[in-house]
Amino acid sequence: MDMKPSKKQLALVIDLNVCVGCHACVTSCKEWNTSGISGYMSDDNPYGEDPTGNFFNRVQTFEVGEYPNTETVHFPKSCLHCEEPPCVPVCPTGASYKREEDGIVLVDYDKCIGCRYCSWACPYGAREIDEHQKVMKKCTLCVDRIYDEELPKEERKPACVMACPTNARLFGDVHDPDSNVSVAIREEGGYALMPEWNTKPANHYLPRRRTQRSINDDELVRADNPLNKEIEVSKPNFDEPSLDDSTSW
Amino acid sequence: MNPAFSVIFLTTLIGVGQGLFVAMVTGQSISALGFLPEQSNQYYVFGSIVVIGFLIAGLVASFFHLGHPERAWRAAAMWRTSWLSREVIVLPLLMGAVFVYGLINYSEWNLSELGITNGFKGDLALIVGIAGVVITFALFICTGMIYACIKFLQEWSHPLTVINFTLFGLCSGFLLATLIAQYRAPDFVSLFGGCSLVFLLLVLITRLWSLYRNSKIRHKSTLQSAIGIRHNKIQQKSQGFMGGSVNTRDFFHHVGPIFFKSIKWIFLLLVFPVAMALLISGMMQQSVVLLAIAFGLQYVGLLAERWFFFAQANHPQNLYYQTIS
Repeated sequence: MDMKPSKKQLALVIDLNVCVGCHACVTSCKEWNTSGISGYMSDDNPYGEDPTGNFFNRVQTFEVGEYPNTETVHFPKSCLHCEEPPCVPVCPTGASYKREEDGIVLVDYDKCIGCRYCSWACPYGAREIDEHQKVMKKCTLCVDRIYDEELPKEERKPACVMACPTNARLFGDVHDPDSNVSVAIREEGGYALMPEWNTKPANHYLPRRRTQRSINDDELVRADNPLNKEIEVSKPNFDEPSLDDSTSW
Repeated sequence: MNPAFSVIFLTTLIGVGQGLFVAMVTGQSISALGFLPEQSNQYYVFGSIVVIGFLIAGLVASFFHLGHPERAWRAAAMWRTSWLSREVIVLPLLMGAVFVYGLINYSEWNLSELGITNGFKGDLALIVGIAGVVITFALFICTGMIYACIKFLQEWSHPLTVINFTLFGLCSGFLLATLIAQYRAPDFVSLFGGCSLVFLLLVLITRLWSLYRNSKIRHKSTLQSAIGIRHNKIQQKSQGFMGGSVNTRDFFHHVGPIFFKSIKWIFLLLVFPVAMALLISGMMQQSVVLLAIAFGLQYVGLLAERWFFFAQANHPQNLYYQTIS
């Protein structure tokens, strides 16, 4: 299943440095896909005792470090559209496939027999069976949006990318070295999840980055002042009349 | 993993059927060579019917695992890459072979009808039978490889998975063959019972080996590699939803540690010492009842074994679902 590097591979790049964990990508994903080609996306007892349902995208939260030196990391997780997807070869019917033209991993709902084997074969837990339609469902990278010529060009992006208020989700072709996603991966330290299984995820994550400057004390106070130019100017005391008391503007 | 009963019944039932078929062909070969007395053709026909019964029962059980059983025929498509697809092809192939084997025995066809004469009784049935045994072992490999081929389920990803599936199937199938032989062909009892005991001792070694291996496994995936943050202290604070989902249901067994461990001891007791004692005493007393109890209790033990096999596998996706909120 070796992919030639020239082939297109659409993917998301998720910037953990700016994700604020607002779940806008989760809700917009659910909204778009429940009414799109993947629909519907089941919801059972949404307001009841034991709610359950299908999502293609989740935002999880992790705390890194020990108090007081902790950081909260919001971590959106969806199908990574692996370049070596372990879920595809195990499918007995060929319902699970990776598109030649753009590398999106999809499920043909008309061929899927609902055996769940592909969900066992995904180390990331990105596939969820629909308990009502009894077929396997997963993130489609909004394949019904990104090629829709009815939409204005700037809206031909996955719903999650459109919804993100902090621009934490980038979308593009990771095989094109000049695309926004490739530049971000290259220059901001983009990494893949669970590299130990050689699934080569197309989606990448950008790490948290410190934005503080280190400032030394002698940068705040002038240590040497050879010409004595920058001496402190004497100020009147608070009980003495100031300029405001003697002039009217 | 959360054990699915459909798959537990599928793998154990076809295992019994496969083992029984190997036993029937073994018995017929050895009697054709003259080492054991010849048996009536009805005995082999009866055995074939029981084998097909177990294979069909397993197939029916597997359908309960499918969301769309009416599309199951599609599962034969991807045999080039998928072990599940290969199993879907090989299982009906074996059923066909067993059916033909039974039919030849029933009709008492021989190669002499094609003008080939030799000294062996039932030579045509033996040819089909030996081809069927090859298919049987292919099916054992397919069934085991479905689990053994998933690299990151490290408890399964080892040749021991295939070896154990094969030996458990042979052991239980030969035990059932002993029971049927006690009933229909007493000359075969010591052959089948002896083979069953040998397989029992072999699988005792390999299963204990795999239990030992699983207890020592160091999982390659960690929370650090799962989210890609290099820090020794990472805690999940939220999995992103308060309710359940497929991710929280399908990949964990949801039983307490005491129940989990007790299943291991139940299968270790029922499959090995209990079945062995009943088998030996059943053979010594030539008792159909004792052998039937031996087979029944060992089968219950095999169900527990398969449950434990599934439950013990640790899926790395569980790393993402440690804390609800």
